[in-house]
Amino acid sequence: MPREGILVHNPYERMTEGQVSQIHQASMDILSDPGLICFNRAAAEIFDGKGAKVTSVSPSDRPAWLVGIPEKLVLDALDNAPKTVKLGARNPDNTLIMHGEEPRVYFISGSETNIWLDVDFPAYVKKSDPSVEIRVPEFHPRRGTVADLCQSAHVCEHLDTLDGYIRTVNIQDKDITEDNKDVNKFFASLNNTTKHVMSGLTSLKQLDNVVNMARLIVGGEEELKENPIISFITCLVKSPLQFVDDTTDSFIEICRRGLPVVVSSSPQAGATAPIKEAGIMAQINAEVLAGITLSQLVNPGTPVLYGSVPVRARLDTLGDSYGAVETSQYNIDCVQMARFYRIPNYSTSGVCDTKTPGTQSSIERLFSDILVALSGPQYLHCAYGLLDCNSVFCLLQAVIDDAHFQMIKFFLKQPRVDETEIADALKQIREVVATPQKLYISHIRRVMRTGELSKPYPFEGDGETDSVFQLAYERMQELLAKPVEHIDEPTTRKIFQEIPGILPRLNVYEERRLQ
Amino acid sequence: MSEHILAALKENVIQGRKTQDDEGIDEDLSGTPGVLELTQTALEQNIAPEAIITQGLTAGMQVVGEKFSSKEYFIPDMLASAEAVGAAMDILKPHLEASNVETKGKFAIATVKGDIHDIGKNIVTILLKGAGYEVEDLGVDVPTAKIVEYVKEKHPDYLGLSALLTTTMVTMGEVIEALKENSVRDRVKVLIGGAAVSDEYAREIGADAYCVDGFGAIEVLDGFQGARA
Repeated sequence: MPREGILVHNPYERMTEGQVSQIHQASMDILSDPGLICFNRAAAEIFDGKGAKVTSVSPSDRPAWLVGIPEKLVLDALDNAPKTVKLGARNPDNTLIMHGEEPRVYFISGSETNIWLDVDFPAYVKKSDPSVEIRVPEFHPRRGTVADLCQSAHVCEHLDTLDGYIRTVNIQDKDITEDNKDVNKFFASLNNTTKHVMSGLTSLKQLDNVVNMARLIVGGEEELKENPIISFITCLVKSPLQFVDDTTDSFIEICRRGLPVVVSSSPQAGATAPIKEAGIMAQINAEVLAGITLSQLVNPGTPVLYGSVPVRARLDTLGDSYGAVETSQYNIDCVQMARFYRIPNYSTSGVCDTKTPGTQSSIERLFSDILVALSGPQYLHCAYGLLDCNSVFCLLQAVIDDAHFQMIKFFLKQPRVDETEIADALKQIREVVATPQKLYISHIRRVMRTGELSKPYPFEGDGETDSVFQLAYERMQELLAKPVEHIDEPTTRKIFQEIPGILPRLNVYEERRLQ
Repeated sequence: MSEHILAALKENVIQGRKTQDDEGIDEDLSGTPGVLELTQTALEQNIAPEAIITQGLTAGMQVVGEKFSSKEYFIPDMLASAEAVGAAMDILKPHLEASNVETKGKFAIATVKGDIHDIGKNIVTILLKGAGYEVEDLGVDVPTAKIVEYVKEKHPDYLGLSALLTTTMVTMGEVIEALKENSVRDRVKVLIGGAAVSDEYAREIGADAYCVDGFGAIEVLDGFQGARA
């Protein structure tokens, strides 16, 4: 049985059908004129061979081609792209099944940050009354390590609302290099969560090692096709409208292997895309469609997700502003476009601008989490624990986010109004009105323990003090103390024998022996 | 046999089952005797009312209180149990009087004139009955004169006044003044409660206590009981 996710009853849509058609047509126009600048020779040749208008761009400091993609090529690709994508998992109960037309939302972690934020609670004594002592959270940033990645996957495994895992932190240990980063980040993730694992690829040279590792875990090549426990996210199109050389290489190879892949584009409205909604939408849609088209030309039937990470520019720094209201508008529009094409959507919410957990972080992330979730994206990268745009990950924030998503998931449940419910309600109302106290309280009991009532906020403190951080920290420690179902010992042994570059300290069985 | 009935009574209080139609918590117990039926059976089998109260009803409520403290139970559970106990006390009342057994005290409660809010008052009523007090609910929007008349005629040990609104809370003070004018203030302990009032306000108008909620009311009354003993 796959994970249920949450089916959104009436997904929120900003655009009318006519506006969706206008964006679609504008994107088609963009794809043919001006088209995309392609810095990847293989992609240019593939497009050229399939009837796109490909011309060399000169002068240029590196080989580049202008690729004008005709509408028919795009529409054929959209026909070929699967409308249902399955993302497997080590535990089959954690499988995600996404239908492009069905607004069933899965909540996913990510993205990769450089900084890991530790927290502790030093005591402060009140100057005017030394008998009063309070504990205040202090956050300490440092560079992320593979141990952090293991810890994050471990906690995410136990977060009830989290459906799949995108690696949260860039591993920057001294013994991690470009040549062993991919195998280590995938192994660290896969070994600490039984949920689906998605990541970007650092080096194309490592792709086969990563794929072989996944095959060893599931039992073979066919088994991996049937149960793709890993998938990839690629930003092959850099905004505006440029196929990047190395990522496009990786993308083509992933498609050749038939593994699920996200075609992601992240234009910044105001800097790398038009600032206004129609403009950024026409452009990002064109960029994603260009990627999807390439995927289907390389290997028809490649499972792809329509990946959208649009963001508005901050006007003070021209950096990303994920907290800007427009960022949510763009994301919701993208969900609508993906549904129009019936391709499952990878969308973004919950990314905030602030650097530490707190009031601003909660406001920014909840605002976009609620709204984007309401629009019904299938694979919602909702940034558990992410802070400072894409720069900082805080495990404590991820635990707090889990509580937010419990509320959101509960809210998104479909209303129960049917003949049985109405008959039950009428009976209850007549009974209660006839009693002297006229209270419905006794009828609560029947639903109190069935999960039909939302749970209270789990980090509510006693009295009037705000204890969210302390209580969430205790919860985080509880989750870390829970056991994790690691990859079994014989498979682990095989992986370490056959896959080069994995750090020996990640072998939990060997580590236990050494202790 | 009596032990079996008293144990069943205690268990049904814990389950919050007033009658055989109630479901309970652990499983659907519908159809099996609830607190009312078991109390009736116990009386028919000549089990002493004191034993029914201490070994059945109070013993059950003690477990309910513990479960509430440990957050296994919530207020609806507590109220269901208290309501069941209150209903059983109504059946037991004539038997207790016949055996000259006193209740924990007589408590009259009213939402004051001008205020029709009664959720809090009703919850207090249920909880106090469940805690073994004899409760008379005078209703909502009760004129001051009617409250004073009741105190003069029925001699309750305690008077609870409820008000939700800042505009009606002042009536509580008027009731206390009217009790004084009618020379019955010292006959009755006056407790106030409701969203608008506070401990400070209770002191200001000369009430004997402020109760934050129904549980607070039980605490306050049990405290008076202790002082009386």
